Amino acid sequence: MATITAASARTSPGRRASVMHGLDRWFLPVFTALAIFYLLVPIFVMIVFSFNKPAGKFNYIWNEFSLDGWRHPFDWPGLGDAVVTSLLIALWATVFSTILGTMIGLALTRYRFRGRGLLNGLIFLPMATPEIVLGASLLTLFVATALPPLAGAVPSLYPTGFGTILIAHIMFNISYVVVTVKARLSGFDRRLEEAAMDLGANEVTTFWKVTFPLILPGILAAALLAFSLSIDDFIITNFVSGTTNTFPIWVYSIQRNALPVQINVIGSMVFLGAVGAVAFTTLRSGRAPRFR
Amino acid sequence: MTAARIGRAPGPGWRHRFGRAVPYLLLLPGLFWLGAFYVLPAVQMFTYSLSTGNLENGFEFTGSLDAYVTAIDRFGRQFLNSVIYGGLATLFTFLIGFPVAYTIAFRGGRYKNLLLFLVIAPFFTSFLIRTISWQILLGDEGPLLGPLKHTFHLLPGSFSVLGSGVAQLFGLTYNFLPFMILPLYVALEKIDPRLIEAANDLYAARFAAFRRVTLPLALPGVFAGSLLTFIPAMGDYINAELLGNPQTRMIGNVIQNRLLIQNDYPVGSALSFILMAAIVVAVFIYARVLGTEQLTG
Repeated sequence: MATITAASARTSPGRRASVMHGLDRWFLPVFTALAIFYLLVPIFVMIVFSFNKPAGKFNYIWNEFSLDGWRHPFDWPGLGDAVVTSLLIALWATVFSTILGTMIGLALTRYRFRGRGLLNGLIFLPMATPEIVLGASLLTLFVATALPPLAGAVPSLYPTGFGTILIAHIMFNISYVVVTVKARLSGFDRRLEEAAMDLGANEVTTFWKVTFPLILPGILAAALLAFSLSIDDFIITNFVSGTTNTFPIWVYSIQRNALPVQINVIGSMVFLGAVGAVAFTTLRSGRAPRFR
Repeated sequence: MTAARIGRAPGPGWRHRFGRAVPYLLLLPGLFWLGAFYVLPAVQMFTYSLSTGNLENGFEFTGSLDAYVTAIDRFGRQFLNSVIYGGLATLFTFLIGFPVAYTIAFRGGRYKNLLLFLVIAPFFTSFLIRTISWQILLGDEGPLLGPLKHTFHLLPGSFSVLGSGVAQLFGLTYNFLPFMILPLYVALEKIDPRLIEAANDLYAARFAAFRRVTLPLALPGVFAGSLLTFIPAMGDYINAELLGNPQTRMIGNVIQNRLLIQNDYPVGSALSFILMAAIVVAVFIYARVLGTEQLTG
């Protein structure tokens, strides 16, 4: 590397080379550090302000240190229910979307069928559609099931609530699961399955004893992604939640009248929990998590 | 490679007999769900955008374009805001994200994974809470402006950022920055450093090597990152609502208001359709400008 730098410095116009060199040496690392600081500052603020004792109803301005929020993390009407709803929706949405998405992922990577290429492209569509359009269109469908001409002919999905949130979350998670599972399956060595069958295992045994354990990490990664997308979703959920509150919906509806410190406490808990989970899996597997 | 593996002859046993049906059976439940709750809603929304009526008596399909006329006539301003703020946010995330992705890919060394982890760390907190954190940070008496006003007397007491287009743009750029950095990183990481060395050996100045080798090879990442930023930023309404003001509201705010508060389904549906169409057109033009053949890499 050093020789290359020297070579290019020799061969290129001197002033420009030294500018590029300074850019490379100082500007990039400092700039990156500042950008990462920009990304982390709101998280830092969230955690610090979870220890605040706000003077009024709004936790906007630092007043004094207090552990009240952490001692009573659900001490606000409706907050506990909203957190429970969020967890239940995320859990069920993860289970269903992971099963449905993995099945599509298996079909797309392991079988050749008519329309496979087309489907490979179309599966990206829900991910490329703005969330607001997904939410708005789901709401029109749910409303339509309760109005003529559909009313009575199909099960009514209006007024919206827990069920419709779950329907929406499963829908937007499926594509993410398919893409994640596909990425893992594409490196799969099918000779392992052939070996199992050569040794006398039938198709079903081979799948459960060989294939499934091998693709399980991919499925778990997809499930984790689905869970985090589901628990954080606001825009789509806001359209299809009716009077049911998930945690983000609860935060949104309360923030005009009050900003309790508990919001920061629960946000911090989720953040620290997620970071802890990543750190734990990293330490256990003895290597850094892969992001590609 | 994949094709060869898939092309293998079907094995013995039940797959041989039911082999043709297996992929369809695997696809059926998931595609049913996407058909019922992705395709049908889109059809329903299109129908409502051409209907008249109200929530009490139902909507009747009349084929009337009134909703589209109203949408463009009354909410042109918000469409424009969406394009401007979404576009500027995409530009800023690129200007910030490219050097970051470049540094992590080429200079990250053994800290690569840690740096990537820090880039995605915001995803571990709710999008809404992070935006509220910016409300705290940018507040008139917040941790940033408070000291600048009262301790250092650098700013007049009336100075305010919150509730402006600047704060809104700041929040949008913040919220979508990781979506820009990650695809850029993936594209840059794939580049063989020997190609850049070769350019240098062939007497390209470092900047020329960057412009003629690194940047073209990173284009797929630029494309993916821009889309992942522009599409959600254009439809966003949280940043406008929490950090902006009524003049900076975007089309997402109007769609949300029409559907959830006014129960005006025809206009709300028409607005969503125009947004979707605008995005498709923008993506198409953008792909043509960048050069489609370079994006398949």
